[in-house]
Amino acid sequence: MAPERGSCKLAPVGKPVPDEDHLLKQYRSMRTIRRFEEEAARNYAKGHIGGFLHLYIGQEAIAVGAVDALQPQDYIFQTYRDHGIALARGMTPESAMAELFGKDAGCSRGMGGSMHMFDVERNFLGGWAIVGGHLALAAGTAFKAKYNQEDRVTICFFGEGSTNIGGFHEAMSLAGLWKLPIVFVCENNQYAMGTPLERTSALDDLSIKAKGYAMVGDRFEGHDVTLIEERLGEAVDRARRGDGPTFVEILTYRFRGHSMSDPAKYRTRTELEQKKQLDPLQVTHAQLIELGVAESQLDDLDLEIDELIDAAVKFAEEAEPAREEVMLGTVYAPEDDA
Amino acid sequence: MREIRYREALREAMLEEMDRDETVFLMGEEVGHYQGAYKVSEGLLDRFGERRVIDTPIAEAGFAGVGIGAAMVGLRPIIEFMTWNFSFVAFDQIISNAAKIHQMSAGALRVPIVFRGPNGAARQVASQHSHAVAPFYAGVPGLYVCQPSTPRDAKGLLKTAIRSNNPVVFLEGETLYGLKGEVPDEGVEELIPFGVSKVARVGSDCTIVTWGRPYHVAMAAADALAKDGIECEVIDPRTLRPLDLEPVIASVAKTNRCVVVHEHWPYGGPGAEIVDQVQRRAFDHLDAPVERVSGLDVPMPYALNLEEYVLPTEERVIDAVKRVSYAK
Repeated sequence: MAPERGSCKLAPVGKPVPDEDHLLKQYRSMRTIRRFEEEAARNYAKGHIGGFLHLYIGQEAIAVGAVDALQPQDYIFQTYRDHGIALARGMTPESAMAELFGKDAGCSRGMGGSMHMFDVERNFLGGWAIVGGHLALAAGTAFKAKYNQEDRVTICFFGEGSTNIGGFHEAMSLAGLWKLPIVFVCENNQYAMGTPLERTSALDDLSIKAKGYAMVGDRFEGHDVTLIEERLGEAVDRARRGDGPTFVEILTYRFRGHSMSDPAKYRTRTELEQKKQLDPLQVTHAQLIELGVAESQLDDLDLEIDELIDAAVKFAEEAEPAREEVMLGTVYAPEDDA
Repeated sequence: MREIRYREALREAMLEEMDRDETVFLMGEEVGHYQGAYKVSEGLLDRFGERRVIDTPIAEAGFAGVGIGAAMVGLRPIIEFMTWNFSFVAFDQIISNAAKIHQMSAGALRVPIVFRGPNGAARQVASQHSHAVAPFYAGVPGLYVCQPSTPRDAKGLLKTAIRSNNPVVFLEGETLYGLKGEVPDEGVEELIPFGVSKVARVGSDCTIVTWGRPYHVAMAAADALAKDGIECEVIDPRTLRPLDLEPVIASVAKTNRCVVVHEHWPYGGPGAEIVDQVQRRAFDHLDAPVERVSGLDVPMPYALNLEEYVLPTEERVIDAVKRVSYAK
């Protein structure tokens, strides 16, 4: 897609300059997500994972950069494509994989599955599976931070497909009106399921929408984790200072179909191969080599992550099944400790 | 005891709970500066200020969602829908979010929120503003549903709802707001628990189960029937989820007859649920099929004569009771 369209302000690749140790840590996190997703796909094909499975492959730099732009007390919301942010925030691959396997040891004890991961201790407040339905919730946690005068920002991710539904408009509208401490991040992976942006939106620069809600808008590419951390950091700082919400559009691409049942016939092999030239993992790998990290060190790291993910799969396979008592006991919250 | 109006009872409940707990706030269209579309929130802005009495744009899905999000992280929102008809544009928030969060998160998150506002027909407000919404919400596990008929129940149930750790759908009535009734004296706190039916009238000949606006229709019918020597026992479940039918089953064991009177449409909903449970749990006691007097199975027309025809009337209740009593 041509970079000159609309009012986009694409920052040059490679700037700002990454710090070696920090980038190495981010590479580890991105690589963990990638390998987790690959094994999730494999186990879905084997029938070990049911329902829907939406992979984050190709978008890893966004979750990892975002988490590093946030403080531990900040709230995070994501769509059903939620494994990446969960792992980036610190959920163990065991806990995430066990959830996919529908086991009691899963992060949502088998109640949520792929689309509904939660890690409340780390303030990851969920994967949400109704397009546009979680944006107002995120505005609500930001409302609470403001109500209680807490030093706490909410970040809310969604796809470009969400930007046409009423839930997006109403949440943006209220957040702008009340100057809530929130950052709305549109991960524009170009396809709302199988329909490309040009057939779902009159605008191709979605960041323009920020103006309609008196918000600051930003727009940049989603393959450079350092850039993502810095630019999201600006938006997070703005919210933290009390200067209101930001709407950020990040241009990204998913390398797999919308979900496991999607062969992605609506796009060409050439397009996919072209996009893979900017695979965030390869970009980061190249940056690390440039910074002087030995290839062998990265190979060792890759192997270590392979083992971590293999162990997570083994853990999920052997974990106890989800429990009826948990299901029955969580329909209503207890009233006695009101 | 003292006598106040239904709307004042609701206002007292909110005021007392907001005094008691700073995490409680009221949000909705016209709740603040306008003093409430139906004056339920009159005076609350002056007392609590704009931080806690929050006017919103016309965006039910947005502010219902904001309330749910705020509840997930520790606040106790009261979300006012100007009428429940407008909750339909926030249906996804209530059904897919509020009712699901506690279980989806395996109990890690809870949603202590009250959605409240007038429900059902008012007077000639026509098709789109006359929905009796109980069937849409009472079938959903994860929600509580209250529909108080009297000022005392309105106050006591709303206080319980605000203190609940779960999402509560609280159905009031535009035509009930002016109704006067006894409530406990000032300084006497009464919390009415969910899932406890009230025997409003004792009788031995026929059990009437009713709630909300038609409760008053059924009570008038019961008085009229008493003059003909038919004594009805009138039971108001007060909450439709949880639904307490123990007193109903016990009553049917005595009367051997049952009529269910409600405003919502006859297809499904709490009315049908009650009939199902009564016929299964009191089958051996029944001397006649359980009858229902409901709003008719049509969209609500504007014309007054037709609106009156659609809503449950005293005559229809009397006829139903006489039919199950083989007195007709």
